[in-house]
Formats: sequence, C-alpha cells, structure tokens
Amino acid sequence: MELGEIYPLLRSLWTVWFTALFIGLVAWALWPSRREEMRRAARIPLDDQR
Amino acid sequence: MQKASPASPMGYGMDAEQPYIEDVVRAFVAATVFWAVVAFLAGVYIALQLAFPALNLGLEWTTFGRLRPVHTSAAIFAFGGNALIGTSFYVVQRTCRAALWGGPVPAWFVFWGYQLFIVLAALGYVMGYTQSKEYAEPEWYVDLWLTLVWVVYFMIFIGTLIKREEPHIYVANWFYLAFIITVAMLHIVNNLSLPVSIFGAKSYSAFAGVQDALTQWWYGHNAVGFFLTAGFLAIMYYFIPKAAGRPIYSYRLSIIHFWSLIFLYIWAGPHHLHYTALPDWAQTLGMAFSVMLWMPSWGGMINGIMTLSGAWDKLRTDPGLRFSVTAVGFYGMATFEGPVMSIRQVNALSHYTDWTVGHVHSGALGWNAFVTFGALYYLVPVLWKRAGLYSTRLVAWHFWLGTLGIVLYITAMWVSGIMQGLMWRAYDEYGFLQYSFVETVAAMRPFYMIRALGGILFLGGALLMVYNLWRTAQGHVAGQPAARAATVQPAE
Amino acid sequence: MQFKHATIERSAPLLAVLTLITVAIGGLVEIVPLFTIESTIERVQGVRPYSPLELAGRNIYVREGCYVCHSQQIRPMRDEVERYGHYSLAAESMYDRPFQWGSKRTGPDLARVGGKYSNEWHVAHMIDPRSVVPESVMPAYPFLARRPLGAGDIAAHLVANRRLGVPYSDEMIASAAADLAAQADPEADTSDLLKRYPGAVIGDFDGDPKRLTEMDALIAYMQVLGTMVKFQGVTPADLKQ
Repeated sequence: MELGEIYPLLRSLWTVWFTALFIGLVAWALWPSRREEMRRAARIPLDDQR
Repeated sequence: MQKASPASPMGYGMDAEQPYIEDVVRAFVAATVFWAVVAFLAGVYIALQLAFPALNLGLEWTTFGRLRPVHTSAAIFAFGGNALIGTSFYVVQRTCRAALWGGPVPAWFVFWGYQLFIVLAALGYVMGYTQSKEYAEPEWYVDLWLTLVWVVYFMIFIGTLIKREEPHIYVANWFYLAFIITVAMLHIVNNLSLPVSIFGAKSYSAFAGVQDALTQWWYGHNAVGFFLTAGFLAIMYYFIPKAAGRPIYSYRLSIIHFWSLIFLYIWAGPHHLHYTALPDWAQTLGMAFSVMLWMPSWGGMINGIMTLSGAWDKLRTDPGLRFSVTAVGFYGMATFEGPVMSIRQVNALSHYTDWTVGHVHSGALGWNAFVTFGALYYLVPVLWKRAGLYSTRLVAWHFWLGTLGIVLYITAMWVSGIMQGLMWRAYDEYGFLQYSFVETVAAMRPFYMIRALGGILFLGGALLMVYNLWRTAQGHVAGQPAARAATVQPAE
Repeated sequence: MQFKHATIERSAPLLAVLTLITVAIGGLVEIVPLFTIESTIERVQGVRPYSPLELAGRNIYVREGCYVCHSQQIRPMRDEVERYGHYSLAAESMYDRPFQWGSKRTGPDLARVGGKYSNEWHVAHMIDPRSVVPESVMPAYPFLARRPLGAGDIAAHLVANRRLGVPYSDEMIASAAADLAAQADPEADTSDLLKRYPGAVIGDFDGDPKRLTEMDALIAYMQVLGTMVKFQGVTPADLKQ
C-alpha cells in the first residue's frame, strides 16, 4: 500500500532524473573540445587494416 | 594463422604477442550460414502448413504448434545468435587490437556450447518439452546450460575489452556489451521456474498470470531490443564503415544513439499487452516509451546510411554493402512501424493479427538477415584469405530474390492482417457481427500462399549465398579456371 | 568533463555497470509494482486452482504449443465481448504458470471456450478438425485419443505449484491421483472432488470410458476455461485494478 502511494512520485522523479541525465549526455557527446577525439575514435575500425 | 612481425607493412592482425583467434570466428560464420538455411526452411514449411494443413502430417512431432518455436529459435538464436557471437569475436579483437581473452579454449567452449544449446532446444520443442513462453521456450535444463555458456561468453568479451591496446572502446563494442549483459538479465529473470523433478523436463513458471505476462513481454520485447537490435547495430557500426572505407557518419550521434536506445527500449514491453488484464498505467508507460523509441532508432538509421554520403557509387560496385545499407533502410521502416503499432488505438486493430507477423519479418528478414548477409559477404573473403568473392553477380541475384521475397511477405501480411482485424470488428446492418471466425480464416488463405512464396524466394536467395560463400572459401573465382584462382592471396 | 570522458569511455567494467543500471531500471519500475500493488488482481470470487485432471490437460495444451495460434485473453472491445464473452480479468489467470494469453489468433480466442461445445464435438475436432470445421487450418491431434494419460507424478506437480504459491492443500495433494481418475469416470463418487474443486466438469470426455487418455485431460481443461468466475454478482468496484 505504501509503495502504491509513493509510486507516482517515484515515477515522476525518474523522469526528471533521466531527462537531466540525457541532456548531460548529449552535451558531453557534442562538446566542441571533444571533436578531435571523436574523430579519432570513429577511425578505429579503419586504421586496423587497409 | 601465422604470426606477423610488427614491422609488417600492414601492421595489423596482431598485438605484441598473440595473433587474433580466427578459427573460431570461421566456425561461427559456417554455423551462421548453416542455421540460416535451417531457419528459412522451417519458416517456409510452417508457412505452407497454414495454407495446406495436410502438411502437419497427422504426427505429433510435425504440427505447427511444435515447429513454430523451431523456426523462431532457429532464426533468432541459431542464425542471429551465431552471427552475433561470431562477429563480436571478430570485431572486439580488431577494434581492441588484442586477441580474445583466455585464448582459444573458452572461445571454442562458447562455440560448441552454443550449438549444443540450439540442438537441445530444438529437440525439446519437437518432443514437446516447452515452457510455452514465446522466444523463451526451452525448458529449465537448457536454460541453465545457456546461462553457463553465456557467462563464459561475457568473460571472454569483457576480458578482451580490459586487456585492449587501443585506448578508446569503439562504439560497436558498447552495443555488443549491452546485448550480452541485457540478454543475460532477461534470460535469467524470465526463465525463473521450479522443475517438478530434477529428473524430468517439466517445470512451472515462478510467476503466474498477469505478472508472468508482463515479465514475459519485458523479456520478449527486449529480446528484440537487445538481441535483434543492439547486437545487430554493433554489426552495422563496424561492417558498414569497414565496407564503405570511411568512418561512421557521426560518432557523437552513435553515443547518443547508444544510451537513449538502451534506456528507452527496456520500458517498451507492455505494448504487447494493450487492452489486456495488465493494469492501464503499465500499458500507458509501454506505449509512451515505444513512441519515444522512434527518435533514437532513426538517429541510428541516419548514422548508418549517411556513412555512405560521398561514396554512394560503392553501392553499385560492392553488392555486399548493398545488403547492409538496405538492411538499415528496413531497420528504419520497422522502427517506424513499431511505434505506430504500439499506439493503443492502432494496436486494437493490429494485435492478434498477421500485421504483427509481417512487422516482425520486415525486421527479421529486412534488417537482421540482410545486415548479416552484408557482414558475411565481407567476412568470408577476409577470414579465408581470398582476394574477393567467387561471384558478385550471384550476390546481386541473392539481393533481388531476397528483396522481392520480403516485399511479397510483408505486403501479404499487411493486407491479411488489416483485413482480418477489420473483419473481426465488422457489424452487419442489423447490428450483428458480420463474420464468423472461420470466415476470416478462409479469407487468409490466398495471403498465406503469397507469404509462403515470399519465403521460398528468400530461401532461394540464401541458397545462392551458401553456394557463393562455399566457392569463395575454396578459393574459386567465377569465370576463372579453378586451378589458377585457388592460389591463396593475402587479405586486403 | 574530461574526467568523466576518460572514465566512462575507457573503463570496460564501468561501461558494463552503467549499462546494467540503465537497463535494469525499466524492469524494476514496471514489473516490481505489479507484485506489490494489491489492486493488480481484481476482487472476484470463484477462481480456484486447477483440478489434477485439468492441470494435466493444461500441460498437454502447453506441450502442443496451442498458445501459438489461440489467445486466452479477451479484450474489452464490443466485438470481442460479443464473440467470446466478458473481457478477461487478471484474477482469472492468477494460478496460470505459465500464462497462456497468447499473441496471435490464427484460431479463435479460447479464454471462455469452457461449456461452449460438447465433449463429443471436441473429440471429433481434435481427431480431424476439418470434419467439423471444413475451412479450419488446425493440425489434427488423433494421437491424443490413443495415448494413455501419463500422470503418475501428478501429486509432484501439485507440490511444485504449491511451492510457488498456488494454494493446494495437503488434502488436495494426498488425493491428487484419485481425483485425477475420478474426474474422468462418470461412475465415480465425486462429491469430495467437487468440494475441493467446485465447478469441475465431470464425465467421460473422450468417449471411451475404459481408458484415461490425454484427450480426456485436454478436454477437461478446455471445458473449465473461463467458467470459474460467475459474472452475475460482480460489481464495477470489484473489477477495479
């Protein structure tokens, strides 16, 4: 019963938390200073042979 | 394979000490091709059973009810699973520049252990040993065995990641890792059951009724999400750049793709239970996350296809790549159709009908099988150290036969599914149900035949592939005398 | 930021742990409440554990993969309710291990097939579906009528279910084998059986009173499907989830 009562609150908290996490993730991936590293990482399969 | 010196002009294929382990990858490739034919053959047979019920033969071992899991397990776990494990062993070594952790012995254990799992599962279905949970039909003893094999697989994979020479973990490995971990979690939870006796095959599920239903579809949907999507996206993220000779369109997008996909997918299961006795809040949650999934899915599709931007001509010269890119197109189509079907009002019509079957096959044939074919056409010449494929013309034939087969299959299922859904809910002028159930069954028949024809074309294309890959492995080249072509050439 | 980059992207174990947390959340938040929130299961009367013969029949239903083509879950749309009966309740499958809701209707829904057809019809239909429904595409199951029901360990099946939470009493387990035989025997004294399993359908199901076959068990199961809850006295409040 207790879980039933706090459940909606928990659920909306998860949503907020994961929205924040997602924005952080996008910012991290798109951060300009990381451009060069990403470019290098993308070449990993190609630099391995050929 | 022999050890190359670090000064080798190609400078790849080895870390400082150990050569890459490729025997076991070759075995997985061969198993993938073998089980592909088994899966397609079983599919064609049970498709024909629906059009011609006499093909059930009146025997208990050959009824649709027992053979259908043989088909689904052969397609997903045997064909798809061997493709995933095999390519993951190949990709993780090359992108980490390290040989498999533990050497050849654990890798061979995974190979033979996994084949044993498949055979045990299939024998069980035919004999009637089943848990009757879709895509998790094997009974407890097979589940335990698979768990053991999977733990060893996980250890090899993460061990190789840990001992890598390359500082960054390439994104394909993220997808493989998510596939391995999530499948382990799903498999263990959904298969919790109590055997009646340690000496018998029969067990009872740890969950009952509505809880069992939600656990099963949490499993079932994420088997699609992590086995058939995340795992195969790993194939896409390695083999498309490799075959196209250029890096993935946006590496940053691939990272966003990864996290949003694995986070959203896991919630989507309840859309399989719309309007059932599952509480409404869970249904709504499943629908909302399914619709949101559309976004990362298309992000991944754009990333795969745009990798070819500026190199579209390769689609003409490399028919293997044509498979991979078309596969990504089908992935985009299926991941658009999926969210649409997860909307309750659409699902009210589509659920319980062939529309779902068609949707699954646009994913399974168009995405999973095609992206695997693309990887196989790339891998076989490399692994067997041949300059190229036996025949690119046969690949083109395979491509068109396969595509035509898929088109026939999914259009037949769209028409029959939507038609059946509409017939079920049709009322006549007096306010009575217009059709009896069996009238809707009779109306399906022409579409079942078209579907079977589509399957036969798809199977035919796959048989061309078997022949082509066999001749490639032998070192033959179409139109050249065998003796000259058979000289071993270094891989490029 | 630089630190985060190095840690997540370069540490395989951390990547594995973060992945596991991310994928575990959905399951925890969706599935766990279903086990703890009491309102998941409606408060209706009449649902009881399967009788030994019904359970044996259910195991044959599972073994043959009937769920592949037949759902047992009626949705609340007008056409489904008119075609199959009252929409399915969670309570009605609360002892189903595993559930048999299905996902495809190549054949009709069976959630309330109990009592709709006679035993004789079922036998004829199982032996040769097209003899009674010419357009049917169902496989024939003639071997069910020939094969004796192998259920010598039925008590062990009840025990396994009880360990998982199905309320089989000691008395039910002790008399499991006798109840199994009695339910398919029109001559037997079944008053105790009916006290233990109210509403169980009794009779010779397969048309051969001398033998207890797999057909007997399967039809006994099918004849009880959807009949346990009597909907006359049920109020909307009882059905609230």
